[in-house]
Amino acid sequence: MSNEWIPVGKTSDFTADLGGCVKVKDEQIAVYNVKEKTEWYAVQNLCPHDNRMVLSRGILGDCDGDGGFKVACPLHKHNFNIKTGEHISEGDVCDLKTYPVKIEDDTVYLQV
Amino acid sequence: MVGYKFCERLAEKDIDNQFQITAFCEEPRPAYDRVQLSKYFSGTTADELLLAQIDWYAENGIELHIGDKAHKVDLASKTVYSEQGRKLSYDKLIFATGSAPFVPPVPGIEKDGVFVYRTIEDLDDTIAYGKKAKSCAIIGGGLLGLEAAKAAQDMGAETHVVEFAPRLMPRQLDEVGGEILKDIIESRGIKVHLNKATKNIAGDGKVEKMEFADTSSLDVDMIVVSAGIRPRDEVAKEAGLEIGERGGILVNDNLQTSDPDVYAIGECALYNKMIYGLVAPGYQMADVVAEQLVGRSASFTGADMSTKLKLIGTDVASFGDIEPKIPHKNITINDPVAGIYKNLFISENGEKLLGGILVGDADAYGTLLQMYQNDMKLPAEPIQLILPSGDGVVASGTNILDFPDTAQICSCENVTKGDICQVIDDGAQSISDIKSATKACTGCGGCTQLVTDLFKAKLKEAGIEVNNNVCEHFDMTRQDMYQTIRATGIQTYNEFLGRHGKGTEGCETCKPAVASILASTWNKPILEQPHILDTNDAFLANIQKDGTYSVIPRVPGGEITPDQIIVIGQVAKKYNLYSKITGGQRIDLLGAKLGDLPDIWRELIAAGFESGHAYAKSLRTIKSCVGSTWCRFGVQDSTSLAIKLELRYRGIRSPHKLKSAVSGCTRECAEAQSKDFGIIATEKGWNLYVCGNGGIKPRHADLLASDLDEATLIKYIDIFLMYYIKTADKLMRTSTWMDQLEGGLDHLKEVVINNSLGINEELEEQMAHLVNTYECEWQNTLADPEKLKRFNHFVNTDDDDETVVFAQQRTQIRPVDDSERAQSNAIKS
Repeated sequence: MSNEWIPVGKTSDFTADLGGCVKVKDEQIAVYNVKEKTEWYAVQNLCPHDNRMVLSRGILGDCDGDGGFKVACPLHKHNFNIKTGEHISEGDVCDLKTYPVKIEDDTVYLQV
Repeated sequence: MVGYKFCERLAEKDIDNQFQITAFCEEPRPAYDRVQLSKYFSGTTADELLLAQIDWYAENGIELHIGDKAHKVDLASKTVYSEQGRKLSYDKLIFATGSAPFVPPVPGIEKDGVFVYRTIEDLDDTIAYGKKAKSCAIIGGGLLGLEAAKAAQDMGAETHVVEFAPRLMPRQLDEVGGEILKDIIESRGIKVHLNKATKNIAGDGKVEKMEFADTSSLDVDMIVVSAGIRPRDEVAKEAGLEIGERGGILVNDNLQTSDPDVYAIGECALYNKMIYGLVAPGYQMADVVAEQLVGRSASFTGADMSTKLKLIGTDVASFGDIEPKIPHKNITINDPVAGIYKNLFISENGEKLLGGILVGDADAYGTLLQMYQNDMKLPAEPIQLILPSGDGVVASGTNILDFPDTAQICSCENVTKGDICQVIDDGAQSISDIKSATKACTGCGGCTQLVTDLFKAKLKEAGIEVNNNVCEHFDMTRQDMYQTIRATGIQTYNEFLGRHGKGTEGCETCKPAVASILASTWNKPILEQPHILDTNDAFLANIQKDGTYSVIPRVPGGEITPDQIIVIGQVAKKYNLYSKITGGQRIDLLGAKLGDLPDIWRELIAAGFESGHAYAKSLRTIKSCVGSTWCRFGVQDSTSLAIKLELRYRGIRSPHKLKSAVSGCTRECAEAQSKDFGIIATEKGWNLYVCGNGGIKPRHADLLASDLDEATLIKYIDIFLMYYIKTADKLMRTSTWMDQLEGGLDHLKEVVINNSLGINEELEEQMAHLVNTYECEWQNTLADPEKLKRFNHFVNTDDDDETVVFAQQRTQIRPVDDSERAQSNAIKS
């Protein structure tokens, strides 16, 4: 991972409280926003349960009531903490790779 | 019934197979549930009333001779002779011959139009004559008479109950209780005449008028006599067994007759000067004899005549001694406005319950009966036992966990509190589990409330929280959510979470649940709130294992034109999709890329198609057979009706998917009986079946109503669907809903057909709103660039998802399988 911040779109390109998938170099990355687009998270788009590129399409939810957030994979509903990448459902599934996100001038930047 | 129960109990207990059981049965069918006989008038078939199918007898080693009365017994040679010429010798003989209706010797009683109420044949005769009758009088205002009155009303006759005593149910109720019951019954349209002794039945060969001793009279077309029972002891008497003065085969504590190898149980037996006309004591007697036969000692020492039943939609219960001779006190609630009466008879020192009467609300019956039967000390404020309690939990002041383990909770199946606790400790997860393990609640159903209370109490004791909240973000059940959304007018999940929920973002459970309720209520386009939608709703398409989607346009009733088939074929070829016919009689196109969905649908909609909602928890399809239009057997036009109904209910979202079908005759080619609502044509109209299910746990639909005209059919379906939407839990199919619905099919019939909750007008209006605001959501989406923005795999490029790869199978595409994926990944790296 270089220290480069790569722009992946305007904040208005992303739907509120949902994920969007971006292509950066060869990687597919799921970018989520919550709390009226004030908080942003990014994880790999590949769900490691069955190796499918779908995580950006999952439903978001509160995680453990401690101010954290999670995504539920649309295929089999495996839950992942989108800040830490941790797999939090039952079963032996890998954690997700996470990416730093920053917003500047209404633009979304990822460190990839 | 008691005879069957004896066979069942002995078969169970006789593990060494010592006994060969032969049963002679006068009626032309095996034992059936006489307690539920009134259901025969509202569509339940004789077969459905059977306590056990005829196979059960052979399977359990019982030789059953139906339609063959055992008409003679020779005690000396221990031989039984039957009407059809059978001759059998026995080691032990059991009389379970029941009783016959008592017909008072009133002049004119022999005229046409007079019926009794006991056997299926009686009911068939009554129904046949009832087709020509406008009015019907029931002689006898006791338990059975009131059941018969409901049946007469269900037949469509103007119904009168004529009772000799000054009140209804004179043996179970006191004066005030009888008065309140009379008011309730009259409010349901049945006229009650008390203090009437019938002196003469007038008419020209048939019933035309009843004349009473007080010189009044009543014009009626038919009469059902339900004025008491007389034990069937004639064979026993002729054989030489001792008979009571007023009938009944005399038995001792072991239920033996004057011949020690011959027993008598049920209504034909006379024990301690009593004939027991209720099912529960009869079942106890059957058990006592079965126990003795397998070598254990058991005796019958009488049974109380406690009873709880639903009469004409009203709960009535009576237990213990309601005319105590000893000094006592009464605790009474008398509410004629609400139609509720509760009267407890308490010992003078206030410590013991002697008896009680409940009319209109009998929820406390279970607890009270236990306290009475187990001689438990009353709480300090006994009135708490009958004050209304909010959620039907055990009356405050008592704790079901305080009952002794020996307390008999279910008397029909002899299940104690200890038995149930054991089953719960062993891991029972639900009332269904308890029912399967112990058979509690499967007889008369009277103990259901108590079993439920015990189950909840045990779980609570173990620290397992029992609530039905949708998830941790709301202190609400789905029903609470539904009610709140309708009442407040809230249109969005965000507002609902903010005002009624906890936390910031909700979760994948409450979001779709609320989305469904919002759709069922307001019917706005669902993509307006994309962040709360379940996987498939999110893109109006069914996601497949590889992240591609399937496309299914609606084909109402399964009818499609050649041109339409061609369009679908052309779209499939253009976008290189896999095509397959579905079980719902339409065509599925798979392998669509997310980004291609709008273009695909644009072409389909231009050709006149609309969304098939295959991706939604909503109405799916209404299948049909070709019906009377083409088929040589069809009796109605099933195809046209299926199309009409599918166009009416398309797009309606519900707790779970809804599937339906219309068959044009009884051959049922459209498989309507496995549907959430299914319609089968009859000569006269349509039969409506509900709550069927294919899937993991198949369930046959129940008959809700028969021979309906189209308008009534649609009205009933409207009400049924909105009632299900209003009251089901999240993701609950109609089959599960029916299985847990309190009162079951009977209750549902009362609600839909008789508007017993008074909400049907409202439900119909709610349905009308959904029908009137329907819009194809794909059409809506294609006109809205904002909604279309999400239909791309990537936000920042129009590139495809290169991980989606297809192979070939039988000339069409298919997703590559795991080994092919591994190979291509290996090549890549």
